[in-house]
Amino acid sequence: MSEPLLQAIDLECERDERLLFKNLSFSILPGTLTRVEGANGSGKTTLLRILAGLNDAWTGQLLWCGKPRAYDRESFHRNTLYLGHRPGIKPLLTPMENLRALMAGRRPVTDDVLQQALEGTGLAGYGDVPCRNLSAGQQRRVALARLLIADEPLWLLDEVFTAIDAEGVSAIETLLQQRAAEGGAVLVTTHHDLQLPGMRRIVLGEGQSNE
Amino acid sequence: MSSAGGALIKPVEQGVSPLSAMWAVFGRDVRVAFRQRQDLLNPLLFFVMVVSLFPLGVSPEVSFLQQSGAGILWVAALLAVLLSLDHLFRHDFDDGTLEQLVLQPQPLFLLVLAKTLAHWMLTGLPLVILAPVLGVMVHLDGNSIAILCLTLLIGTPVLSLIGSIGAALTLGLRSAGVLLSLLIIPLYIPVLIFGTGTVAAAAEGAPVGGYLALMGAFLVLALTLAPFASAAALRISLSNS
Amino acid sequence: MWQWFHKLGSPKWFFGIATRFMPWLLAGGILLLAAGLIWGLAFAPEDHRQGNSYRIIFIHVPSAFLAQSIYISMAVAAVVTLVWRMKLADVFVKAIAPVGLIFTFLSLFTGAVWGKPTWGTWWVWDARLTSMLILLFLYGGVIALDRAINDEKSAARAVAVLVLVGVVNIPIIKYSVDWWNTLHQPATFKLTEKPTMPMEMWLPLLLSVLGLYLLFGWLTCIRMKTEILIREQRTRWVRELVMAGGK
Repeated sequence: MSEPLLQAIDLECERDERLLFKNLSFSILPGTLTRVEGANGSGKTTLLRILAGLNDAWTGQLLWCGKPRAYDRESFHRNTLYLGHRPGIKPLLTPMENLRALMAGRRPVTDDVLQQALEGTGLAGYGDVPCRNLSAGQQRRVALARLLIADEPLWLLDEVFTAIDAEGVSAIETLLQQRAAEGGAVLVTTHHDLQLPGMRRIVLGEGQSNE
Repeated sequence: MSSAGGALIKPVEQGVSPLSAMWAVFGRDVRVAFRQRQDLLNPLLFFVMVVSLFPLGVSPEVSFLQQSGAGILWVAALLAVLLSLDHLFRHDFDDGTLEQLVLQPQPLFLLVLAKTLAHWMLTGLPLVILAPVLGVMVHLDGNSIAILCLTLLIGTPVLSLIGSIGAALTLGLRSAGVLLSLLIIPLYIPVLIFGTGTVAAAAEGAPVGGYLALMGAFLVLALTLAPFASAAALRISLSNS
Repeated sequence: MWQWFHKLGSPKWFFGIATRFMPWLLAGGILLLAAGLIWGLAFAPEDHRQGNSYRIIFIHVPSAFLAQSIYISMAVAAVVTLVWRMKLADVFVKAIAPVGLIFTFLSLFTGAVWGKPTWGTWWVWDARLTSMLILLFLYGGVIALDRAINDEKSAARAVAVLVLVGVVNIPIIKYSVDWWNTLHQPATFKLTEKPTMPMEMWLPLLLSVLGLYLLFGWLTCIRMKTEILIREQRTRWVRELVMAGGK
């Protein structure tokens, strides 16, 4: 099955009167791992937000499973997992409550599954502690616990390795590779020097004149 | 780990019904609010303080207070709601839960509606419950207090609903609080007019059923239109962040 | 049809058309407004109840008309912005919002000036004046929001949502204020209630209204052209235009 999940054609985005990218085209196939590269301010985060459907200030075409994404936005959102700079974790709620709230609109998940996911990210025993009492890295791990229960075919991960220790980083690397091997598509941005076999690249800010 | 056997990950077809997604959003907001109880008290304290400014600043005479009491209470309640609106989306915006909300495979306007209803239950409703006490303090008679509370009960959800549009539009902007007031106060005028006007009409012994029905119509209109506008505004504000 | 629509959305195309129409708008506007005002102020008959003070309607009424129709036209442009994302509609709203504010202010000001001899006071909480005041607030909000958002595309879309919310509210506001007015001060002398105006008053008023509309069109063209030049400053056609000396 080599039909692309997400296909970008001639994407162009301008922010605050600065051209970030132009004529950007690529396909994201199932079973691939892609890294978005570029200098600071080259629009990596903006690109991910565009792909996730958070940023509407672009022109060009985005096809989801061969059809314009706008045709079936709900199916697109159901099948895409986006983790951004901001972890999406409420400091006043416990990790369990946070995960429950994050999954509630997506699909029914039992507490056991959530508990297992928290254990999987090394947060066993923290299930009932408000997240504001956790460290920055632990808070990110709460967000990352979603990767362990995610069944969305497309993952868009913006700076997932931020505030994660070395052990956690290698665990995530393994997870991403495993995910690609299973047929999921993963798109990441990171400052961490990520080198995985078979990794594809989208490079921003090269060959695109900022006029 | 899912689908270890089958090599391919299948697209997700099944989801959650919008109603239970709304319920989850509502429940989360209420839960967060009760973990930070001071934030719940602030608009109420503000309400009481603003009302007490009028006898102090204008006149404690019974005749003045009786005549203007309903208006004072309405204006104070309106300002209290306005003050609390800044928080409606801001915390969610800052910690990233708003992004995740927008990306849920659900109609956004329904989720926004759930948030707005939670906001009303946590700020508007307490104001309505507190209003009789303040009504007594400004020497309103029993009948006026009852009508006043009824208008507030119908009117405060409208304030929350219209306000959610302003909160969504000013999300992430500098000095969003003041700007929010500038955008929203003109839109609050009809509710204010009918809220206080109904109490005034009741005081003169006129039948108020028609006015209350009209306020009900405002509420229905706000319920049907405001969530769409807020959802659109949220997408725009997030797009800009 | 679609091609035409698309062309209409192109700033460059508009720039050319606007440049061609502007002299006509200006000339027509000045001519009609001058005719209307001179006729109205100098030759139209005195009003038997208000004497000469009524003559301010030749400024007051056209301003009030424009103040309202500018908001409506902003709402139309807002729909275009949100649905078709046409750049020109964004430019239009941004260009005319301050103009609308000024005309609203002008109609309030002339209303106040008129109120002094008529009611003996500068300000009366009359239904129409109050509605205009609220319209002024609405304009103020639109401009404030537009200024607060840096990114011009986001600003245009946010403003479009606000304008549409406002336009839905305008009839409600109007209705509530009228009701409020009857509740609080029944049967005052209505300001702009035209008491069966004779043709000699009505015609110059019509001329002034038309003239002011044309002048507004001219002003809109200028403001839109300026805004287009700022927004498109990096495009080739603007550069060539500037090189060629702006002609």
